[in-house]
Amino acid sequence: MKIRRILIALLLFVSFSILSQEDRLKLATTTSTENSGLLDYLLPIFEKDTGIKVDVISVGTGKALKLGENGDVDVVLVHARSLEDKFVQDGYGIDRKDVMYNDFIILGPKKDPAKIKKAKNVLDAFKKIANKKAVFISRGDKSGTHVKELEIWERSGIKPKGKWYKESGLGMEEAINMANNELGYVLSDRGTYLSVKSKIDLAICYEGDKELFNPYGIIAVNPANKDYIKYDEAMKLIEWITSENGQKLINDFKIEGEQLFFGSAK
Amino acid sequence: MDLLQKIFYLIFSFDRDIYQIVLTSLGLTFFSISFATVIAVPLAFIIDFSNYKIKKFLIAFINSLTSLPTVVIGLIVYSFISRKGILGFTGLLFTPGAIVIGQTILAIPIITSTIVAGFSKIDSKLYETLKTLGADKRQIFLGIISETKILIVAALLFGFGRIIGEVGVSMMLGGNIKRYTRTMTTAIALETSKGEFEFALALGIILLLIALSINFIIHLFLKREDKWKRI
Repeated sequence: MKIRRILIALLLFVSFSILSQEDRLKLATTTSTENSGLLDYLLPIFEKDTGIKVDVISVGTGKALKLGENGDVDVVLVHARSLEDKFVQDGYGIDRKDVMYNDFIILGPKKDPAKIKKAKNVLDAFKKIANKKAVFISRGDKSGTHVKELEIWERSGIKPKGKWYKESGLGMEEAINMANNELGYVLSDRGTYLSVKSKIDLAICYEGDKELFNPYGIIAVNPANKDYIKYDEAMKLIEWITSENGQKLINDFKIEGEQLFFGSAK
Repeated sequence: MDLLQKIFYLIFSFDRDIYQIVLTSLGLTFFSISFATVIAVPLAFIIDFSNYKIKKFLIAFINSLTSLPTVVIGLIVYSFISRKGILGFTGLLFTPGAIVIGQTILAIPIITSTIVAGFSKIDSKLYETLKTLGADKRQIFLGIISETKILIVAALLFGFGRIIGEVGVSMMLGGNIKRYTRTMTTAIALETSKGEFEFALALGIILLLIALSINFIIHLFLKREDKWKRI
């Protein structure tokens, strides 16, 4: 008898969660925004303000834009300006807005075997890593960070190849963990680094080049020819996150006293 | 030591986040197994009653399907229910319903092949006995069901234990959405990647306990069946 009651409760629970999907907005975003805890902190406030439930699907920027292109999500929050512009140009997205920024940094073993702390700029730092054949962990997943990394390699004129260059296909934290285990270098956004800092032995080996600026943008998926896209709800999220209040909340988000993202909406 | 304490604290303080995830997993798997049962049980009977040559072929076929990789099922279902796919209008991608579809497909061959394998152990005279007693097709069906219900329950539990531990389908089709489609396995993958080992290990222990106790129950059942056979 007891078992039957538990089963019925389970049945109700799942039917409820399957049926209650009307007011759900699907947001595809990068691992850096979700895993840093930023969205866990922002979205409950948004849900309270508007009554719209946001489902977060955290993948790399490339995959997030692909989901938007297919119409599988309603809005995307990503960080790869070149891909974002193409997304809008091709007619898949509209109403792109700047949301916030942080910067990329190169993490590496504290001993800094490739001596990139002395690098003149980020291109020089990458060259030093390649010349030394120091282990470098690449995201390899078309995420915003991966796109940035490939841009830097291309501009430095080096085609990274060989045992030292490892294309992981992992999310940011996992790639950092891998670098931590293999004593390698890895390009990371500062937000993710700060959120895992206490668990790793890596240190910031290079930072500060203008080239490493990392802006995030939010884009609504174009509802033309896709009547199932929740455009109005998506616009509410875009307006909310770029509003004075939303921006203040972003600036107030801190881990161990350090600010992870800086509001940049105009 | 500190780690162990934290893990047990998470489990025994009935941490809300953890049990939300456990409930989601149990509920989704329960649904998947229910749907799979509707197809797998009749299928097992059809296979068992077909003539020798076809039966041999069907058994080989269904057994080989049990090794379908979960990510391949995920991929195929994904391509159907993505907005670009032919079932895109359902809007099922990244919902619990999507996970149930994938897991059901995954469970059907597992349950069917387990039941068929069990049939071969059951007294082959049962069918003839029922027939000589003058039972019609329906009565034979019900007679066999009542003689094999323990076997069927064991097969369903076996399927449950297998499905609750799969990660490919849940991750690809559910999207690992917090408090919606996040299951034990996808949560473990995520928390491990974030370096939150306590949370991941606490979930891992619960998952292990569920899977192990299910198998334990199955073996109790099967033992009872052995006794029944000897009589």
